[in-house]
Amino acid sequence: MTAGSQMNANNLHEPAAGFDFSNYLRNQNLLQTDGAAPKLKAKKTGTTIVGTVYAGGVVLGADTRATNDTEVAERNCEKIHYIAPNMYCCGAGTAADTENTTALISRQLELLRMDTARPSRLVTAVTLLKRMLFRYQGHVSAALVLGGCDLQGPHIYQIYPHGSTAKLPYTSMGSGSLAAMAVLESSWQENMTEDMAVQLVQRAIGAGIFNDLGSGSNCDICIIKTDGTVDYRRNAVKPNELAPLRAQVQRSGRLNMRPGLTPIIKSEFKPHPVVAAGGETAMEVE
Amino acid sequence: MMHSAESQNLKDGEVSTGTTIIAIPFQGGVVVGADSRTSTGSYVAVRTSDKIACLSDHIYACRSGSAADTQALTDYIRYYLQQLKIETGRPARVKSAAHLLQKLVYQNKDNLSAGMIVAGWDPVEGPAIYSIALGGTCLKVPFAFSGSGSLYITGLLDSEFRENMSKEEARALVKKALAHAMARDGSSGGIIRTVAITAEGNDRDYTSELPYGPVSY
Repeated sequence: MTAGSQMNANNLHEPAAGFDFSNYLRNQNLLQTDGAAPKLKAKKTGTTIVGTVYAGGVVLGADTRATNDTEVAERNCEKIHYIAPNMYCCGAGTAADTENTTALISRQLELLRMDTARPSRLVTAVTLLKRMLFRYQGHVSAALVLGGCDLQGPHIYQIYPHGSTAKLPYTSMGSGSLAAMAVLESSWQENMTEDMAVQLVQRAIGAGIFNDLGSGSNCDICIIKTDGTVDYRRNAVKPNELAPLRAQVQRSGRLNMRPGLTPIIKSEFKPHPVVAAGGETAMEVE
Repeated sequence: MMHSAESQNLKDGEVSTGTTIIAIPFQGGVVVGADSRTSTGSYVAVRTSDKIACLSDHIYACRSGSAADTQALTDYIRYYLQQLKIETGRPARVKSAAHLLQKLVYQNKDNLSAGMIVAGWDPVEGPAIYSIALGGTCLKVPFAFSGSGSLYITGLLDSEFRENMSKEEARALVKKALAHAMARDGSSGGIIRTVAITAEGNDRDYTSELPYGPVSY
């Protein structure tokens, strides 16, 4: 250790007299590696989310895998978030960021609906989201596909973490977006029926689930129609069921024992002695 | 390989309108044009984006650089011009829009990556084109071109530009120049969007038929 600090086993808990330079080496190290805060590595976020407009509304789709680097943190998470009765938002990126950002804007919109006595419009949600994300200069890692129907019709918007937005007839975001976009670009048509749109979204998400390591498990679908009804199909497609695989494992019968196998020889019940409050068993503090 | 000035200033993962934008004047107005490619790295995020932002009735801005920064800037200028119209009782001048934008870009030059062209028509100057570069330089120019793809068409525009063209001639020149730039610049592509701005009104158009494209040798 450098001169000035008195670090030995005897006086570990005593503060060193005078200046303490024990952080000097640490600061030197930091300056050498980066100088500032550790740079966040830019990565496409582990998710496939998709949105498309069809003749009668919009269809949103998402996979259900949440990852912690290469580990699957949650096998069946929900990535389609509620924004308003006529709007839902798929989120890719840091799960905490997407959930809290969408929840914040959802609450702001609800207050606005109370003030204006009107249903929310998508442009309002998009503007609120982009203003917030731009203010944070990309540090809030939320890449969103916002979809819904308002008085101006069905809309899909894509919103990037740095605050740029685009209005599109169909889009995909997340690490599986290239796989999903390949499906969308080959099969998307204008004025699809609801069934065609749902099939398309399921295939696009499926492309992400099977071809992207960051996406997997099941496919959630959300259909928002121009008449205002919402059909939220949680786990609409489950191509990665684990139960049949688990059932094939032969386990010993001793792991599943029914009640009653162990004979009871004797049974006795002794009530616990009740002690009066503030009695002789009170704790003594020195 | 040539790399654009914009690509050096973008943060990791930021969406870029690495682009080609042009403004050419004609008798009584201005034609502005842009490609439609928005990229994140080597992936085309949006292939049909609209880089020509309406600032007021007769003033448009073409955006290049960071998509987020330029969208935020044009939103601010649109708001300022609306305020100016209410306060002065007159539509804003192209010069005002350009200098408001210059102020924002210059004062935040450390945190922004935006190269823009402000063009339009006003009753004082008639057709006017201003080019605002990355650091906040605002220059009034007879015609403007900017973005990563503009480097490939400097010679073409210098030789083909003439004063007092008609609207159709100007539009054709814009499309020709953009098509050439899109053929050579990887960050430019998609469709060609054009807006013809005149005192009477604006005429928005797009085409996916490029007057010039990859040549088969």
